[in-house]
Amino acid sequence: MLTKRLIICLDVRNRKVTKGVKFKGNIDVGDPVELGAKYSADGVDELVFYDITASAENRPCDLEMVRDIAKHVFIPFAVGGGIRSLDDMHQVLLAGAEKVSVNSLAVLHPEIIEQGAKAFGNQCVVLGMDAKRVGVSEKFPSGYEIYIKGGRAATGLDAVEWAKKAESLGAGEICLNAMDTDGVRDGYELEITDKVAKAVGIPVIASGGAGKPSHIADLFAKTSADAALVASMVHFGDYTVAQIKEEMSKANIPVRKIV
Amino acid sequence: MERFIVVDYNAGNLTSVLNAFERIGANVKASRDPSEIAEAERLVFPGVGAARSAMETLEKTGIGKAIVEVVRKKRPVLGICIGCQIILHSSEENGGVDTLGLIDGKAVRFQDEAGIKIPHMGWNQVELLKEHPLFEGVPNSSDFYFVHSFHPAEIAVENALSKTTYGSQTFTSAVCKENLVATQFHLEKSGDVGLRVLKNFSTWSGK
Repeated sequence: MLTKRLIICLDVRNRKVTKGVKFKGNIDVGDPVELGAKYSADGVDELVFYDITASAENRPCDLEMVRDIAKHVFIPFAVGGGIRSLDDMHQVLLAGAEKVSVNSLAVLHPEIIEQGAKAFGNQCVVLGMDAKRVGVSEKFPSGYEIYIKGGRAATGLDAVEWAKKAESLGAGEICLNAMDTDGVRDGYELEITDKVAKAVGIPVIASGGAGKPSHIADLFAKTSADAALVASMVHFGDYTVAQIKEEMSKANIPVRKIV
Repeated sequence: MERFIVVDYNAGNLTSVLNAFERIGANVKASRDPSEIAEAERLVFPGVGAARSAMETLEKTGIGKAIVEVVRKKRPVLGICIGCQIILHSSEENGGVDTLGLIDGKAVRFQDEAGIKIPHMGWNQVELLKEHPLFEGVPNSSDFYFVHSFHPAEIAVENALSKTTYGSQTFTSAVCKENLVATQFHLEKSGDVGLRVLKNFSTWSGK
């Protein structure tokens, strides 16, 4: 049986893994390569690295770092941040990443999803989307609006509509980050996660809000999400991968065994 | 030194496969030269993507013939992902394509089914159907990493090495025939169990 995936997200700034609350007040927590290898050894199922300052500094993603990660991490990992073109995507994949995550770029130039999927396969293209609660309206039937540029710019796009459009363009997976719960550690935003997961036929990764193992068990019990993304709760040493997986197992969620 | 070659035909996972062999201390060389590949004493051909485009590349470059030659010489050969589909007789992908025909069988797409998403992506259990030197030290039912929409089908019992279940569909997830082994799952991305299989392959006699 296909297991539900536990994914750890590592936001990287100046080659340091960092974590903020609601995209602000970041604290450095360690070296990305060392942490990636550690989490992999701990039994996490997948990793995501975001170069969070690449876009703002208008430079490509740190490929040297990606190459270094690929030499030390033997589970799938995705890379995002600083992806400006098809060639940038290609470089990240050549450096050893399985998947590339696009977010702002895909909103501004949706054709990048289609081009990436055609050139490298749908499974390589992850659509990252930051969704903020705005209340249900005619313009936002799901009640959530998509933001870009690290949560700084509203787009006028409805979250579910955008997810469906990205799927039709060829996205292989959606990483849905709920801005209202990001770093708050009080549980995932279940409502929008389930709406998006039920609206598309591609895997959906829930992100934003995991604070304790029961939040992950809750996510899989109450939504159709395929994977859970965590950050703060492991970066700050509060919980381990083993503890999270044990809680998932107890809740009868199919989980990859740690060997 | 042994001529241990990893075929480079623009497959997306080449870097990961090379990194994995480096990690376990195996000395491998990436090559796209058919004459060099044909002389390999140990061969891996990786792959991600579509069988048709992979097959076109293999035919155009002469690499396909070189792989067949190495298999005929009874040297240890390992296929990964698309590599596991290319060694069958055909694939149903994109209206059908003839493949290398080293093991009887064909690649077919998962049937659409409520509650499952295609591609089959993530970690799933590999149930071994027989003992094999490549899986020595790997607990049965270990989780390996998969990303694929097509899978081997119509595989004879003697060539079926493992099975995996997705939704209600159970498929052959690894095949073997004498000196040839191929896995639908990504050994280079399956953590310690994957590295263990690669390590076993790096010293396997092919018997």
